[in-house]
Amino acid sequence: MIWKMVWGAFGGQKRKNALIALTVGLGVSLAAALLGVMFDVGDKVNQELKSYGANLNIVPRGASMLTEMYLLNDEPPEGEDLNSKAAENFIPENELFKIKMIFWAYNIVDFAPYLTVPVSLGPKKVLLTGTWFNKLLSLPTGDEVNVGVTALKSWWKLDGPPGDDAAENEVLVGQRLAQDLNLKKGELIKVTAGPNTVSLKVRAIFDGGGPEDDRIYAPLALAQSLANRPGLVESVEVSALTTPENELARRAALNPGSLSRLEWDTWYCTAYISSIAYQLEEVLPAVRVKAIRRVAESEGAILGKIQLLMILLTILTLLCSALAISNLVTAGIMERGVEIGLLKALGASNFSVTALFLLELFLVALIGGAIGYALGFGLAQIIGLSVFGTTIDVKTAVIPITGLMILAIALMGSLPALRILLSLKPTEVLHGR
Amino acid sequence: MNHILEIDNVSKIYGQVVALRDLSLTVPQGQWLAIMGPSGSGKTTLMNIVGCLDSPTVGQVILDGLNLGVLSHAGLTAIRRESIGLIFQEFHLIPYLTALENVMVAQYYHSLVDENEALEALARVGLRERARHLPKQLSGGEQQRVCVARALINHPKIILADEPTGNLDETNELLVMDILRQLRDQGSTIIVVTHAQEVAAHADRVIVLEHGRLVQDRVGAKERVDNLETASLMAG
Repeated sequence: MIWKMVWGAFGGQKRKNALIALTVGLGVSLAAALLGVMFDVGDKVNQELKSYGANLNIVPRGASMLTEMYLLNDEPPEGEDLNSKAAENFIPENELFKIKMIFWAYNIVDFAPYLTVPVSLGPKKVLLTGTWFNKLLSLPTGDEVNVGVTALKSWWKLDGPPGDDAAENEVLVGQRLAQDLNLKKGELIKVTAGPNTVSLKVRAIFDGGGPEDDRIYAPLALAQSLANRPGLVESVEVSALTTPENELARRAALNPGSLSRLEWDTWYCTAYISSIAYQLEEVLPAVRVKAIRRVAESEGAILGKIQLLMILLTILTLLCSALAISNLVTAGIMERGVEIGLLKALGASNFSVTALFLLELFLVALIGGAIGYALGFGLAQIIGLSVFGTTIDVKTAVIPITGLMILAIALMGSLPALRILLSLKPTEVLHGR
Repeated sequence: MNHILEIDNVSKIYGQVVALRDLSLTVPQGQWLAIMGPSGSGKTTLMNIVGCLDSPTVGQVILDGLNLGVLSHAGLTAIRRESIGLIFQEFHLIPYLTALENVMVAQYYHSLVDENEALEALARVGLRERARHLPKQLSGGEQQRVCVARALINHPKIILADEPTGNLDETNELLVMDILRQLRDQGSTIIVVTHAQEVAAHADRVIVLEHGRLVQDRVGAKERVDNLETASLMAG
């Protein structure tokens, strides 16, 4: 019987119900689009930020703070010879595959090892950094992945082909160094490291926009040969997809031992930069993994602000929709005052009359919401394409949340009408004299 | 005598207006009572109080042994549902439901929906063939008879009719009166508010209100109803 009444009333107020459905649909479309973008924006922003470089730096545990500082500043102090570092200050190259074996392996987007050797290029002393350009790494799991600076430093502008790990005598030269020494692509150069002198071909000049523009980047094997450090690297930069830092992550970063068991599990199973760093240290025991805070914090801050903005806009949209339908619903209830009075006079409780009208409203809102969700899906793609240049992967979690939003809009929008409905007395509407 | 309704010194005051003034009345089970009086005399107010749609400001109303004054809102709703059938001057049928469904609405809020029983109720008021019609497809008299079928579907102990023939022509008025008479004959108590002498003439007892006071209470006059004539009109 109740469905007959709902359905009858549904058809009896087609125009008003269509307007309510349209209002809910518009609100839900915008809210669903914002939610869709919000859920996917983390990955999108992460991907964007990953193109600006690594967010983790792996160094040997024995490496001194000073050495790290020299590497950051690109200039070794006078009289300092990096070749004199003890073997324990290096990381074995053949252990680097373990980086892709941690719990968060799929979040490790890329990584590249480095071994820097001071060399003489004519009269000038420069740094030659050996690295992987695009190394095909075979994992014990049978998987193969390509890693290296070509993808890790995707913003580098090259005037020739990217570096090739197999072409051992071909190097990339930073554009400032090339400008200083008037080097051109294809030119042959001679570099000397200690007693070794090798003839190298400039494969391309690159513009990285940073201190690396004063360096030469060569295949790792060449640098190891010049440094007489076969099979060793001195640092690894890792680019990982991470979850924005929160209080738990910050506490864990300071001291994982301070966490309770539950907190520790939560932290370990969340892709915080600190938990990824911790897991890297687990698989590479002789290293220290440091978060490059600037990048990590930017990610967290940007993501947090974007998501907050999205949530606020979603709430605002819902409130506007609820406000818009409240007038329509109230008008509908007032128009049907006699019907409500009659039902009460016949013995319907306030609860059953309220349930009847809410059911009717939810049905209308559901139809509007379903259309709104479809529109929102499309809108999210437009936002994704125009802002991130790629489509938005609308998460399935958006569907139940959209359902809840429809419920919330309908409930909030019906509150003033429900107040009228509950206070309506049959005697006021049934004796029309 | 078994009284279905006992009204004891009831007054109803709306702000400065006294709608009912110290009214006392008892109605035996199975009586047809007509309430008459000019506009503003308190007829509808009394009807609302008896129908559990309103409460007296002062006094006590006992309906079917229950003191309405001590009942909650939900309790009064339950009494309306279980014991009272309402007939309105303006019919108040739900426009998007058929005649049958309008009758079944009362069943739905009372207990269980039974389509056959609802059809029987419509047959009783001569509308079996019009059961699937919407109110707008029915004449005023037919709509009022649907309203009567809805009022009697749950076998109420008391039927309250507020100007039930106010919007009907003479033929339909007689039809409705005859249905009410049949209900009375089967033991239902009927209270009709009217200002038409012809309608009051069908009642067992007539009370007259003026300015909220009971000014007349007379028994008799039902013999003036021409039952045979009414029955022949229904058959026609």
